[in-house]
Formats: sequence, C-alpha cells, structure tokens
Amino acid sequence: MVDMVSEDNGLLSIEQVERRVQEQTRAKRTRDRRAELIYPFLAGIGLLIVWELGTRVLNIPIYLFPPPSAVIVSAVKNWELLLRESWITSVEILAGYAVSIAVGIPLAFAIFRWPVFSKSIYPLLISSQAMPKVAVAPLFVVWFGFGLFPKVLIAFLIAFFPIVINTVMGLASIEREKIYLAQSMGLSSFETFRLIRLPNALPSIFAGLKISITLAVVGAVVGEFVGGDGGLGYQLMVANGSMDTPLLFAGIAALTVLGVLFYWIVEVVERLSMPHLERSPDIAGSV
Amino acid sequence: MPAAAIKPETSPYLEIENLSKVYASNDGPVRALDRVSLQQKRGEFVSIVGPSGCGKSTLLMIAAGLASSSEGQVLVENKLVRAARTDLGIVFQNHVLLDWRTALENVMLQAVARKMDLRVAEQRARELLAAVGLQGFEDKYPRSLSGGMKQRVSICRALIHDPPHLLMDEPFGALDSLTRDQLVLDLQRICSERSTAVLFITHSIAEAVFLSDRVVVMTPRPGKIDRVIDIDLPRPRTLAMRESPEFAHYSREILDVFLARGILKE
Repeated sequence: MVDMVSEDNGLLSIEQVERRVQEQTRAKRTRDRRAELIYPFLAGIGLLIVWELGTRVLNIPIYLFPPPSAVIVSAVKNWELLLRESWITSVEILAGYAVSIAVGIPLAFAIFRWPVFSKSIYPLLISSQAMPKVAVAPLFVVWFGFGLFPKVLIAFLIAFFPIVINTVMGLASIEREKIYLAQSMGLSSFETFRLIRLPNALPSIFAGLKISITLAVVGAVVGEFVGGDGGLGYQLMVANGSMDTPLLFAGIAALTVLGVLFYWIVEVVERLSMPHLERSPDIAGSV
Repeated sequence: MPAAAIKPETSPYLEIENLSKVYASNDGPVRALDRVSLQQKRGEFVSIVGPSGCGKSTLLMIAAGLASSSEGQVLVENKLVRAARTDLGIVFQNHVLLDWRTALENVMLQAVARKMDLRVAEQRARELLAAVGLQGFEDKYPRSLSGGMKQRVSICRALIHDPPHLLMDEPFGALDSLTRDQLVLDLQRICSERSTAVLFITHSIAEAVFLSDRVVVMTPRPGKIDRVIDIDLPRPRTLAMRESPEFAHYSREILDVFLARGILKE
C-alpha cells in the first residue's frame, strides 16, 4: 500500500490495472454465461406467447393446431399416461442403444483389425445403409410380433451404423508418427491399441455415439408406429386417431424431452471420459 | 572372450551401408536415396543437412527400422536391423504428444511402455522436465502448452530411458529462432551429460555446425551424401561462437556445396 502511494502520480499502478482487467474479464464471463441461459429461455417464452396469441386471434380449431395452454393442460391431465408410455419407450430406446454399442464397437474393432474382414463386411455394411430401415419395420412385426423385441431391433438397426463408421474412422485416422513412436517404444500391437489408438479414436467414437442416441429414439418410435401396443409412439397414433391433438403435441414434447435427456447423458459421459478437453460453450453439436 | 578384442572405441554404433530407397510410381521409379553409407560412433553428434526432398527423413526412418530400404542394410552394434529399433529415442518435427496425457504422463509413456520402475522413472521425468525449464507445467495438457514447450516435452520423452541413440527429425523446424537457440543449448548440455549419440536432421546450416561433431551434407534427386565435414570446435559451444571465423568457415563450406549443386543460387 505504501509503495503504491509513493508511486502514485495520477497514474494507476500495474497492480491496479491487473486487478481491474481481472475483474472486468470475470464480470464479462459471468454476463456471457447468464446470457447463454437467459436468451434462449426468453426466446422460448416469446415463441410460446406468439403461438398462443396466434391460435386465438386466428381462431384456429384446437384439433388442428392447439395453443400451448391446451397442450399443457392435456399434459397435466394425462401425466400418468405420458409417464408410463415414456418409460416403455425409454426401455426400447436404451435397449436398442445398448445393443448398438455392444455390436457396433466390437464390429468396428474387427473391421479395423482384420483387413479380410474389413474388405468383405465393410462394403456390404455401407451399401446396406442405402436400404431405408424404416421400410423393414413391418417385416419385423410379421416375424416378431408386437412385443419389445421388434422395437429394440429397429432401434438397433437404425442406430448402430454411425457407431461402427465413426469408430472405424477414429481408429484409422491416426498420424503415422504416433505409430512410429509406439514401435520405437517397443509397444505390442495390443498395448498400442490400448494406450494410443483407442484414446485417439475416442472423440470420433463419441461423435458416433451422439448421433446414434438420437437415431435410437427415432427407431423406437417407428417400431411403435408400425406394430405397437404401448409407448409414446403408439400413444401418438391413438391420439391422432381420436383427434386429440393437444395430447399428440404433449406426446411429441415428451419424446423431445427424452431425446434431449439421453443426448445430454451421453455428452456428460463424453466429458467425463475426456477430461483433457475443456468444456466449450458450443451447443451446435446437439442434433 | 575373443570377440571383445575388437576395440570398442573404434567400432561404430550405427552403420548404414549402401542404402538405397526407390519408390515405384506411374512415371517410373523415383530414387529417394542413392547408395548412402554412414557410420556413427557412440556418443557422437552427427547432423544430416540438406534441402527438402533430399531423402534425409527417409534415411532417418530407415535407420530407426521404421521404414524398409530397397537395398543395403543398417547395422547397430554389428547386428542387422530387421524391425523397429527400441534402443533409441525419436523426436519428430511435430511434437507427437498424446493430447489426453499431461506433460508428465506423456514423458512417462516411454517408461510405461518399457515397463521401467515407475516411481524411479517419474522422479527422472520430473528432473528432465525441470532441466528444460518446464517445472510447474508437469500436469498441464499439451493444448495449454506452447509449441516450444511441447517439443521440449517430446525431447524429455525421447530421453527418459537413457537411450544410447537419439534420432531427431528437424525437431526445431516449427519453432521461432529464440526458442530454437534455447533448445539447441539445452540439447547440447543434456547430450554431453549422458554422452548420447545423436543423429540430427536439419536444414539449418547454423544448427548443424553448432551441435555436431560431424556434418553430413546431402543433395537431392537422388538423395545422396555429397560431403562429410568434421566440425572441430571446442565444447561446450556458446552462442557467441557462432560469430567466430572458424564457425563461419564451416558454414561457408556447407553453403558452397549447396551453391555448387545449384540448390542455392546467388
């Protein structure tokens, strides 16, 4: 304090400048972070108000396009139903997703590891993606009936491909120097895989996992559309049949919540498994 | 033991004999290396200097057993090299750090791979990092280190197992000149302390003269050894010595080769 005063001739000491810059930066960061939450929230509220007023002013029939208030009322009234159906759909999604991972990642490892395997299976796998998998859903109803299994199968079929592709790409795209380095250290190919190739592929693998979780949701709903006796997809069809459009909207909202929730969980796991990547404010990744 | 009768001082550590590398291409074969022969003693610092495309990196990779030659052979302590050598440390032009490992963990990768005693190795890793001015950065991930710092970490990684041979492929090529000067000094100190043999690839004449006991001048198309110049300057060398007439003389000698071969035109 003493030397600060002695140096003080109307100019700020460097310590004071430091403190000011530090404080300003911190304040700006807090403001930015708040804005990131507040702006989308306000935009959402604004959109709902416009929607509400629009349907009232234009006098749109409720079975055609219900105002948000009607959707909320319906959601509250049917909360038990929505919750129960959400549970059914969640089980289908998660089971389909789990199978996608359990099959997709080992398959990708095998494709990467054995060239013969990759030369024979990989082209087939890629060309099989030209087939619209939704189209085979009715076939699964014929084969497997109306239970859980055909939905899991469809969710798996739609979701596993990005996992395979991204894992293979992640494993293959490695700088040659990293492999040279491993060889000069005397690492076996298994250790090279464990210590270098796999962690190197992790960002790519997670990119695949994130695409897949959204696709698993689609798959489960498609399965329920085609041959369901429960779940949100089935409920959408029922609400549609009875012209209960507010419930239809509530069902769509519930599906959206599920999709976002699962996506977010995958993202949390990603962040935990790659602590070296700092959190970025990038939310453009959410599909 | 009659085999021990060979004088250890004179028998070379590394022998490159008549090495050629040819790539097949649609326009016919391309000669990358044309009958290159080179010997390196234990503890000797040899630089290979030459313009881009003279095959010096290819030569280094073949010497490391990481790439195959088309003809000729590489011997280490009179044994033919058939697979990747593990008696060495390599520093690439790019730092090649693993970005999910901290500076210390990157250095320790070498120790983990070689199943060294990890407690002892960590102690050494910390010492090495401190020796190149990275104390306090041990737990930082590569993304928060500067280019020069990353290259220092990769040098530590190449040295932690005390290899008898260090291969460096334009290690300072991507760095600014002040950082280069510092790293060149650090490298000289570390290598003379351990008497590590270094095979050093560069296209900087000054770097080659400063560091080396011997400078091998290569010229391209095909990659060939043009001249070998012994650098007879006292050690340790100082930055000021770069201004000395002897230093200038050696630099000039190398420069003359490049001028004579049309690699540089005045």
